[in-house]
Amino acid sequence: MFDTLGRLGKYLGQAANLMVGLPDYDAYLEHMRENHPEREPMTYEAFFRDRQEARYGGGQGRCC
Amino acid sequence: MPRLASHLAWIGVALLGAFALGTVALHRGETINALWIVAAAVAVYLIAYRFYARFIATRVLQLDPQRMTPAVRHNDGLDYVPTNRHVLFGHHFAAIAGAGPLVGPVLAAQLGYLPGMLWILAGAVLAGAVQDFIVLFISTRRDGRSLGDLIKSEMGPIPGVIALFGTFMIMVIILAVLALIVVKALAESPWGTFTVIATLPIAVFMGLYSRYLRPGRIGEVSIIGFVLLMLAIVGGGQVAASPYWGPLFTFTGVQLTWALIGYGFVAAVLPVWLVLAPRDYLSTFLKIGTIVGLAIGILIVAPELKMPAVTRFMDGTGPVWSGSVFPFLFITIACGAVSGFHALISSGTTPKLLENEAHAPFIGYGGMLMESFVAIMALVAAACIEPGIYFAMNSPAAVLGTSPESAAEAIARFGFVITPDMLTSTAQALGEHSIISRAGGAPTLAVGMAEILSKVFGGDGMKAFWYHFAILFEALFILTAVDAGTRAGRFMLQDLLGSFLPRFKRTDSWTGNLIATALCVMAWGYFLYQGVVDPFGGINTLWPLFGISNQMLAAIALILATVVLFKLKRHRYAWVTALPASWLLICTLSAGWLKVFSDDPRVGFLAHAAKYRNALAEGTVLAPAKSLEQMQRVVFNDYLDAGLALLFMLVVSSVLVYGIRTCRQAWLSTHPTARESAFQRLPLGSEG
Repeated sequence: MFDTLGRLGKYLGQAANLMVGLPDYDAYLEHMRENHPEREPMTYEAFFRDRQEARYGGGQGRCC
Repeated sequence: MPRLASHLAWIGVALLGAFALGTVALHRGETINALWIVAAAVAVYLIAYRFYARFIATRVLQLDPQRMTPAVRHNDGLDYVPTNRHVLFGHHFAAIAGAGPLVGPVLAAQLGYLPGMLWILAGAVLAGAVQDFIVLFISTRRDGRSLGDLIKSEMGPIPGVIALFGTFMIMVIILAVLALIVVKALAESPWGTFTVIATLPIAVFMGLYSRYLRPGRIGEVSIIGFVLLMLAIVGGGQVAASPYWGPLFTFTGVQLTWALIGYGFVAAVLPVWLVLAPRDYLSTFLKIGTIVGLAIGILIVAPELKMPAVTRFMDGTGPVWSGSVFPFLFITIACGAVSGFHALISSGTTPKLLENEAHAPFIGYGGMLMESFVAIMALVAAACIEPGIYFAMNSPAAVLGTSPESAAEAIARFGFVITPDMLTSTAQALGEHSIISRAGGAPTLAVGMAEILSKVFGGDGMKAFWYHFAILFEALFILTAVDAGTRAGRFMLQDLLGSFLPRFKRTDSWTGNLIATALCVMAWGYFLYQGVVDPFGGINTLWPLFGISNQMLAAIALILATVVLFKLKRHRYAWVTALPASWLLICTLSAGWLKVFSDDPRVGFLAHAAKYRNALAEGTVLAPAKSLEQMQRVVFNDYLDAGLALLFMLVVSSVLVYGIRTCRQAWLSTHPTARESAFQRLPLGSEG
């Protein structure tokens, strides 16, 4: 029961972050660990700034 | 046995839907409860999702859960991330939901609630959701590439460039019409203006907080921002009541227009973390929260709809917008039924996050059904206020005059009863000076939302709070769209100009940046200004142009989808996209034609221009213009709008010609010619 609630909370948090363009930091770390162990992953702050620039820096508009 | 139970359940849903639709359609002469509309809509969505979306998924597109998606193939933890489908649904819905589905149905309510409701349901199920879903599929099969790229690679470079240029023009019109809605909602309203201005320091504070104090704590900073926002609404009431501060925050439409143009320019060149990103957090979460709140509110309050099912304005003489039901209803409600802009999202971030192809119907088709439901709620909100109030708010000053007495008299001529006292007391209850001619849809929606939400929380005393909450909620995400749109338009323009002057392409150069931003702001600013000074309210002119352009983009996306089906050698299913594309082409081309060439000066730009030119030749000033110079401007703008409508028609017609040609070539070819990226199997155990 608490497990399910905990998972639900995690998903809600992820969904809220992704709505404003921030993907899951843990998933990023896991990806870097598995595929690029030789590279130093970005810190959370650097990751956050990188994603912020990516969301608004490019050409993508917003919906009507 | 479980099969039988499932069949019985679906038969139950079908019966409930049919009964609810029948009740809505056949109820005449008395008010009807909004829950019937909600029940009919939900039943239609469930059946469409279970049967039509599944048919498209298995037969037409033949989705393959074994096939690797770009999110998995290019996984970098940043742009390409395989994402849980419920999380991705939230992302996709937040990206497609905007002001469009809220405003269109409010404007269409002048016909009564029934025509709008039927088009929202049929359009979403047969056209809008199909477009969103299939474009998502096409882009996913091609590494998540954008709509312009897809058109270029499947149909050729010329239609690609035409479509890109069309997209830029559409964006200019969208930004102008969105900004116009804000100006109409804030003009002469110190309460609303104060709260919206207050969002700027709040956003800057949030920006600094999440940059330096506690970097990246989005949830935390959003809660702080939300509390400040609520305080700003309460404070706005004090400001409006104060004899000193009230007038300081009272602006005319023209003053607000200049402020908005200046703001748009500054906001587009500031760093994103300072204003744009933090306000995006506020507007996104407020948008989702308010939509959920409104849905719960409608279920709890179960309001009676006071607007009749159909009004006498079916004959095309309505005061909110002019023109007959066909084709104008179908371009007035764009976003809640079918919206071309969604094709840009479905070929933007979403395909790069899709974990498995089998999730595409849930995200693409389901996301659009959700958006359509937002449009249904907006329609309910507009239809549950007194029709007299609705027409007082949405008819132009040219029809109503400016006093409560003249407005009540004009509305009595429409056949609705309202006293001048009721108009004044309603305005007072909302904390406003006047509610007459507050066109644009947003204030009307806010009145409807205040009606519903105050019954759940706070009662009549909280009406003014909820009204300004709703205004703020709309203004906030419209301003975010204006910022982000100006920025995106600047990049598009730098790209476009860069083909001729390479210096412009450097997006880090300040000269190129400032010039492109200025051009972009001037483009939408011009149409905004024209709309604000237009005595017929501006919405009358700009909203049809917006609807036509948005539906044309949808037609272009559906033409692309048809081309892809032909290229996959699945032309026997091409009707799935060809039929909605044809319907949109018929609607938009005939609406465009009527807007340009209709003899009725209330509909046709050229006829309107001729009327004013003739008067000019005789040296007489036609009301509501006040001088010969104003008359000249009316004539010039009519020609400009006619030119724009013609341009949109030309863009869509040429894409159609290229589309038919490509379909024919694909049909003649003996083998499939679609350019999908190569098949790669998903690693075992990750499908699902």
